[in-house]
Amino acid sequence: MTTMTYREAVRSALSEALRRDPRVFVMGEDVGRYGGAFAVSHGLLEEFGPERIRDTPLMESTFVGAGIGAALNGMRPIVEIMTINFSMLAMDQVLNNAATLRYMSGGQLSVPVVVRMATGGGRQMAAQHSHSLEGWYAHIPGISVLVPATVADARGMLLAALEEPDPVFIMEHATLYPMEGEVDEGSGACDIRKAAVRREGQHVSLITYGACLWKALAAAERLAEKGVEAEVIDLRVLRPLDSETILASVRKTRGAVIVEEAWRTGGFAAEVSAQIMENAFDVLDWPVQRVCGVEVPAPYAKHMEDASLPQVEDIVEVVEANLV
Amino acid sequence: MADFRMPSLGADMTAGELVAWLKQPGDLVRKGEVIAEVETDKAIAEIESMFTGVVERLLIETGAKVPVGTVLAVIRTEGPEEEAPAPTVSPPAPERRRAAGGRAARTPAAGRLRVSPVAQKLADEKGVDLAGITGSGPGGRIMVRDVEEAIARAQAAPVPPAAPADRALRMRQGIAAAMSRSHREIPHFHVESVIDMNRAVAWLTEENKQRPVARRLIYGVLLVKAAALALKKVPDMNAVWSEDHVELRREIHLGVAIALAGGGLVAPAIHNTDTLALDELMARFRDLVQRARAGRLRSSEMSDPTVTVTNLGELGAESVFGLIYPPQVALVGFGRLTERPWSVEGRVEVHKVIHASLAGDHRAVDGYRGSAYLAEVERLLQEPEKL
Amino acid sequence: MNDQEMREKVLIVLVELAPEVDVHALRPEVRLRDQLDLDSMDFLNFLIGIDEQLGVDIPEADYPHLATLDSIYSYLRRKLAELPTEKSS
Repeated sequence: MTTMTYREAVRSALSEALRRDPRVFVMGEDVGRYGGAFAVSHGLLEEFGPERIRDTPLMESTFVGAGIGAALNGMRPIVEIMTINFSMLAMDQVLNNAATLRYMSGGQLSVPVVVRMATGGGRQMAAQHSHSLEGWYAHIPGISVLVPATVADARGMLLAALEEPDPVFIMEHATLYPMEGEVDEGSGACDIRKAAVRREGQHVSLITYGACLWKALAAAERLAEKGVEAEVIDLRVLRPLDSETILASVRKTRGAVIVEEAWRTGGFAAEVSAQIMENAFDVLDWPVQRVCGVEVPAPYAKHMEDASLPQVEDIVEVVEANLV
Repeated sequence: MADFRMPSLGADMTAGELVAWLKQPGDLVRKGEVIAEVETDKAIAEIESMFTGVVERLLIETGAKVPVGTVLAVIRTEGPEEEAPAPTVSPPAPERRRAAGGRAARTPAAGRLRVSPVAQKLADEKGVDLAGITGSGPGGRIMVRDVEEAIARAQAAPVPPAAPADRALRMRQGIAAAMSRSHREIPHFHVESVIDMNRAVAWLTEENKQRPVARRLIYGVLLVKAAALALKKVPDMNAVWSEDHVELRREIHLGVAIALAGGGLVAPAIHNTDTLALDELMARFRDLVQRARAGRLRSSEMSDPTVTVTNLGELGAESVFGLIYPPQVALVGFGRLTERPWSVEGRVEVHKVIHASLAGDHRAVDGYRGSAYLAEVERLLQEPEKL
Repeated sequence: MNDQEMREKVLIVLVELAPEVDVHALRPEVRLRDQLDLDSMDFLNFLIGIDEQLGVDIPEADYPHLATLDSIYSYLRRKLAELPTEKSS
């Protein structure tokens, strides 16, 4: 096992893929000479050259579209978009091409493109760099949406995404890049179908993904001091969603709190909540609760940004209000 | 061998306290004979054996409070015919208990009782009445832990006998549970008719003139008898509602509502009401009132009625719009016996009349039947000598 | 039987009927039904008790004379006076 940062784990996966498969290339804004907006691809240009580490213009629609085209023609492109907010410019390519071509061609076409992007707030980057829109992607059939929360997943999921025949979108929470964790560098692709139980407990299920996993785990620690054993579920994959793991946990704990940074209205937490209500209503001991982002464009000021994002105390309070 | 179980003595009963054993191991007990006394929220009831045999073992000590269905004693029966208890006095089957306790507390749409789904499910399974539980969740919601505690409490034994004030409170809670359930679950319809009582009262006055005071009849007995006989004409109403279907009963056991001093009421059955002559009915009625007030009702009396009669007219009420006691399917209410202008062949006369109403469970019977029933009660009361 | 005994016996009947009530606190001029929770069955049992205690069988037609304790006492005084002497000894 090696200790490395989340950033290094993604880079490690990129390097491995580039070395192993000549069809793989990396494309995006500042991924080459600058080393990536979050320094993920730092050093790759030197190692793999400008043919495979390609800087693109600031035109998300164009370079995502180019990635789709390359995938259609047998390549294995890894496209990096700086932040999920700007990925909206490429949404037409995602929704109308990447997600649809297999269906519209009667299965003749395949789009094995991997698109990575940074998501989430907490870095004082204000309202154009901080949102959590992965739930929007999860709405779209035909693609996979991965949200690695751990260093090991950051590496293993990228490798797994390259093995998929269809488009895979990976949302990496920007606050996680400097986080350190243990990785087995010999391990290849990991499972990208199942959610993970990151902590076992019998009193409440905290269901979350991405950076909020760590807040949920901290909340579970605090709750344990009060005698409440929280089970923490890391969804890992928003589409296809692993409902079974969610429902099995809720059937055990009889209560669920879903935590995500996204806005409450129409957020992914609402989908999880609905599935619990549809499939496990009889086991609930209290209404499913959501801890979500406050419904404002992300503020710049630190104290206001903190207030707009789910915090450990918010999770603890919601559990206590319903259970203690 | 047969298991003698804690019977359900009403929709609102989930547990009973064993007050006394009237038989000991080795004693012979006959079917229908009182074997134990059990205290419920409402009264002390004398529990009859469903079997003939010899008491083999007593399993529950006096003073213990146990859930409905708990085996209280084992009776050594002889002969195959004693193995199967008669249907009318059979111990409650699991489905029946579920109907009694579980459905009693279905979460109301209006949100009167806030219950979590899993708490509701557990209560359904265990036959716990939620109305008696204080919810510990936000806004008083009943959580699963509250139901678990209630079950643990009901199983904890023994408990000290309830103080009278406590007993009154528990009776109130018992009535509250049954009536809340009735109001929540039973789609009531009401029909009413005004019944000419001239002939009945005149007949009774003549009859009572010839009787010494100890053998006199009260007009309420005529009403009860008519109400029972009318069920023969409308047998659809001699039934109980069980979960999702009607269970017709062959024998007619009319419940009579009896107010208790200090508040509350019970509505025990007068068994085979339709077969009793008025004198016998009067004697049974008197006995029942006395025992109800002394808290000495029998188990079958508490559980057997299909229709209950309540007479609220003596205090002056003109009409009754009652709530049905689940799982019964109807409640017949009589108002005040009073004098009214009455049209007879185009002339106005002063007649004694009484308002008779029927509250019916629309799941089980329809207004047409209810109306036919009241018409039959009216017809019967026009021929009091035949009652 | 003197008047005091007659009244005591009436009260004994009432005590049996309504053991929870302090019958000595009843107001003799106020309707019994307004003071005790008596229904028609109770009332009939009261009359049966009077018959047992005092040997007076009160016909139904006389019920209206029995509304208060005062009226019951005066009715019974009149009836007892009409009875053959050996019965009142």
